[in-house]
Amino acid sequence: MPHVESEQRASVSVAIAGSGGAGVMTAGNMLLEAAAQAGYYALMTRSSGPQIRGGEAAAMIRIATHPIDGTDDRYDLLIALDWMNINRFAAEIPLGGDSVLVGDPDQGEPPEVFVRTGARYTPVAFKATAKKIANGWPNMIAFGLVGALIGLPEETLAKVVQKSMKKGGDALTGSLAAMRAGVEAAAAIAGVPRVGAAPPQTPRWLVTGNQAAGYGAIRGGVRFVAAYPITPATELLEWMAPALAKVGGALVQAEDELASINMILGASFGGVPALTATSGPGLSLMIESIGLGITAEVPIVVVDVMRVGPSTGIATKSEQSDLNIALHGMHGDAPHVVVAPNSVADCLLTTQWAVHLAETLQVPAIVLADQFFGQARAVVERPADVAFAGERRTAPAGAEGYKRYALTESGVSPMAIPGTPGVTYTADGLEHNERGTPSSQAADHVAQLDKRARKLESLDYDGHWADVEGEGNMAVITFGSCTGPVREAFARAAADGVRARLVSLRLLAPAQPARLAAALEGVKRVLVVEQNHTGQLYRYLRSEYDLPGAVTSFRRPGPLPMRPDEIHRQLIEWSRA
Amino acid sequence: MTTSAQPQAAPTPQAFKSDYKPVWCPGCGDYSVLSSVTKAFALLELQPENIAIVSGIGCSSRIPAYTTCYGFHGVHGRALAAATGLKLARPELTVVAAGGDGDGYSIGGNHFLHACRRNVDMTYVVMDNHVYGMTKGQPSPTTEPDWDSKLSPGGTGMRAFNPLVIALAAGANFIARTFAGDPNTTAALIAEAISAPGFSFVEVLSPCVTFRPEQREWKQMVRPAPVQWTDDPARAARRLMTDDGMNIGVLYKGSRAAYRTHAAKTPKRPAELEEEFRI
Repeated sequence: MPHVESEQRASVSVAIAGSGGAGVMTAGNMLLEAAAQAGYYALMTRSSGPQIRGGEAAAMIRIATHPIDGTDDRYDLLIALDWMNINRFAAEIPLGGDSVLVGDPDQGEPPEVFVRTGARYTPVAFKATAKKIANGWPNMIAFGLVGALIGLPEETLAKVVQKSMKKGGDALTGSLAAMRAGVEAAAAIAGVPRVGAAPPQTPRWLVTGNQAAGYGAIRGGVRFVAAYPITPATELLEWMAPALAKVGGALVQAEDELASINMILGASFGGVPALTATSGPGLSLMIESIGLGITAEVPIVVVDVMRVGPSTGIATKSEQSDLNIALHGMHGDAPHVVVAPNSVADCLLTTQWAVHLAETLQVPAIVLADQFFGQARAVVERPADVAFAGERRTAPAGAEGYKRYALTESGVSPMAIPGTPGVTYTADGLEHNERGTPSSQAADHVAQLDKRARKLESLDYDGHWADVEGEGNMAVITFGSCTGPVREAFARAAADGVRARLVSLRLLAPAQPARLAAALEGVKRVLVVEQNHTGQLYRYLRSEYDLPGAVTSFRRPGPLPMRPDEIHRQLIEWSRA
Repeated sequence: MTTSAQPQAAPTPQAFKSDYKPVWCPGCGDYSVLSSVTKAFALLELQPENIAIVSGIGCSSRIPAYTTCYGFHGVHGRALAAATGLKLARPELTVVAAGGDGDGYSIGGNHFLHACRRNVDMTYVVMDNHVYGMTKGQPSPTTEPDWDSKLSPGGTGMRAFNPLVIALAAGANFIARTFAGDPNTTAALIAEAISAPGFSFVEVLSPCVTFRPEQREWKQMVRPAPVQWTDDPARAARRLMTDDGMNIGVLYKGSRAAYRTHAAKTPKRPAELEEEFRI
């Protein structure tokens, strides 16, 4: 084998794969922890086969000297503890001619689909080596091997092993020895890039998008959650259950999504900011009652951690294909708020903002998160403290001539909270007059429709409506998890002298045509980037906004994450056209 | 959270009635259920602002706005879910869910099962008339299988649902049956249901004189339950399975502790949660 010097890179991507029980997720999480301890940024996504337990699994980790919000085009290293069904990950773990492939020779030859990529194969006898170490496991060898190959300090790796085996004893001794065996094996493997020098230390978190969203909700004031388990939103709920209890709130597991949405409407009617989290199938079930929240003006937050649809689709993979239902799913004319976080860390800010918007406007707010962020675990800069909190206008006791649905200038009318005397009313999904009395009068319907639309238009959404960056006469409009890859493509294009503007929309509804027009001033071409099959964002923008110049849609569905190279190529082609 | 601070005089039943004119037909049993509910509130010396009545869709589900309490008139079938969320978020309120047999046993059937299981401290009053009245006469889950209608000519062929047996099997802590035409008994039973801990279920036979005029006969058919209530679920099950649906009174009282959340008594500041994310 020719000796190849390992080069230094700003970003290195590795994957550890194996069958269930092989401990690849443990190794992956420890690698993430080690990267964090060594001062790097990192992001881990997971993949597993369809079996509930025991199927093949892969931990995919990117470690970098700069913050990262997406995966790279290719993996520099794939380590397989065995090859059982690992070929199923071929599309998800793309390798190239420069990639290194490591497998256990006792588990057979690497599958053709990986060999074809031209990746250089090096055998490492994980199982046989582990057998020789008392209490040693192959996944700890893999952990030491990857850590050493990409240049993480051995003492950091050892510290992480110690931290993960708090009980110590023989298990710890065996794991440390296995890890060191991995570090030694690294010397015989060439060609894996090392990650560059760690950046200056800053306060950072190791967090998943789902956790960040849950924490954002609590910071915004949410104290009641009702939900039904669904992938990939379950972890958000499992994080919130004890967290909410600690801050004096409660999470209730509902019998179905019809119950969970109505439970939170009930709680919020009672004055307690409330949230549910779900995915596409659950959102579909909740839609009727979200309409009730709109008509009865009961603030709620619904987090949709989007997965591949329609129907059951692909439950464990990302797709931005719930935009249509989030925007247009309700029957009737039903103005509401739709926001989308655009990074793991932004799940915090955007969810917190959603609580603020819902409470201030007395309206349901849908947070369109996605599986990619939701289940990705990342090292991120500590998100800034923002002051968004529930600011619900309430009615004082005994307010003279109280009208729950009074036609105010802003459209927001004070809400009486049960327990307050002299201002009792009935919240109603029937069309009603200002007092809340059911009414089928045309004048009342128009007046209340106008009121409910007006309150969304009258709020100043401030600079949070979108992240606007860059310059030039070309612009990319995107949202959610496509934002990271677009940013990365921009950086690469800038190196080629190609410049463009980025508009990553955080506020999807209500539409902000004047703000977007200002952001696109002087733009001659627009590219709309999204991860779905029909161009849902493109069509929405076309209907709600006047986009300048030539407008092109670049879209493709999940389950594979959007990669920077796909967008980079579009930008370069575009600049030559 | 706002609550009324000063002690107030106990309101009369009339003080719990709003000035809205019900949409119900003349002779509908729901008028007297409304009277019984307001009488129960007065008996318990409650204040209207500390009560919330939660309902779904249907004739009887219009009841919240006919009171001076807080009301939540939501979507079809989900009254129990909304009531559960409200009671868990605001445990100090008196929460009453109300509605009809279609709303509660058909479209809302799943929530009925799980509300009984969950045993949240609230009361569910079902005005059962064995028919969908608002949509003008279709069979409901409690309708006899051979009852003829335009939508299901010749009958549904489906066995009528026995809500009390289901409630018992699913875990309701208090089960009573009453008749709208006996407002004093109904008021007393609803008051007892509200006072009972956990999930209380009151099935009210409430005639629909428009689509089921034969239900006028119920007045002659109902009778006080021949025996005292039991706390033995097996005995209660036998009674509920074998009676003809016309026994009035408390039929079962259990002793399960009401559902409670794990909310901390001394809450932490949200910022303290950040600890676990820090590197």
